[in-house]
Amino acid sequence: MVVKVYGATYAACPQRVMACLFELGFQFDLIKIDLQSGEQKQPQNLLRQPFGQVPSIEDGDFKLFESRAIIRYYAGKSASQGGTNLLGETLEERALVEQWMEVEVNNYNPLIYTMVLQLVVLPQQGQVGDMELVKDCKGKLEKVLDVYEERLSKSKYLGGERFTIADLTHLPNTRFLMEEGGMEDLIKRRKNLHNWWLDISSRPSWLKVMDLPK
Amino acid sequence: MAIKVYGHPFSPAAKRVLLALAEKGLDYEHILIDLATGQQKKDPLISINPFGQVPGFQDGDLQLFESRAITRYIAHAYADKGTPLIPEDPKKLAVIGVWLEVEAQKFDAAGQKLSFEILVKPIKGLTTDEAVVEEGQAQLAAVLDIYEARLGKSKYLGGDDFSLADLHHIPIVSNLQKTKVKAVFDARPAVAAWAATLLARPAWQKINAA
Repeated sequence: MVVKVYGATYAACPQRVMACLFELGFQFDLIKIDLQSGEQKQPQNLLRQPFGQVPSIEDGDFKLFESRAIIRYYAGKSASQGGTNLLGETLEERALVEQWMEVEVNNYNPLIYTMVLQLVVLPQQGQVGDMELVKDCKGKLEKVLDVYEERLSKSKYLGGERFTIADLTHLPNTRFLMEEGGMEDLIKRRKNLHNWWLDISSRPSWLKVMDLPK
Repeated sequence: MAIKVYGHPFSPAAKRVLLALAEKGLDYEHILIDLATGQQKKDPLISINPFGQVPGFQDGDLQLFESRAITRYIAHAYADKGTPLIPEDPKKLAVIGVWLEVEAQKFDAAGQKLSFEILVKPIKGLTTDEAVVEEGQAQLAAVLDIYEARLGKSKYLGGDDFSLADLHHIPIVSNLQKTKVKAVFDARPAVAAWAATLLARPAWQKINAA
């Protein structure tokens, strides 16, 4: 069964799902939602995602939204079928993976999301972004990245010695930081963080996402 | 004692963990971290949570931070004890996973903003900004409209049974129901009934009596 992913190739949350499906070898079809014209807020998409966002998935009759819930589901499916395990082997490993998934959602994503709004989305809508707010976020991000640097000095990946969804979930936002965000120095100045980024962003699954036509 | 929680009575995040432990009927040691004097930035907590926030958690050798990662661990590790917080069926678990994300990102954004503005600021000797409260209420209303539709179809957020997805809401729902924001819940009958059911849970009563 080919999973249907509703989203766009250039949007962070759909990218999170697509990278995961590529990693696990689950085939999918991307059904494009035109974000520029606000298609995500149209009634048809609200049936799939009541908050009017992307991505959502349809796997036969089974439907889900929230990218991080989707990747957890497929990671669990793969692991339980004896396929690629991106969750962790033991209860304790899985707990550490969950811990760093939470860190991404609570400490990392909100800062990046705010910067995306100011640096990309508002200008696209013909408005001026708040550069003071961006500066404030950047300052807070420096402290957050110090914590990541310390963690990655002790373990190769965020959850432990293996690549898991805790690392994968960071791919789209970190790419933004390095590119449109113009803040690659934040990553490059931190040796372990930089090595981790080079490692995870060169994975075939991520390169495939990057190669998808805009 | 094998399980330790480093927390504070005002912290909704810490209460989330204590509630999960109470639902499971598990014993634990609670270590008070004095937020007023910045103890969260010092040992013993800073070694457990490098972000210097409560709660911190220990179960034997395992140390964790982030309340929602801790509750997930408790739900899985002690699946056979007390209240089931997560189902075994992967698809049912995934649906609960959706609403765990919604709580963490959408509900909490509005809920924490309001809780901080109305309840926390006065404690710190600051003035509540009514403009922020209005904005927060509008934000919360938009989210609760979606909850109303969901709870019209399903008894709890994740499905027919109480789960971690509902549990995560309880500390902030409880805070907000002590304020004028209660009206936002009461205007939506399915949401109001759900909130009342959650706050009446014996485990929540037990946490607050302590």
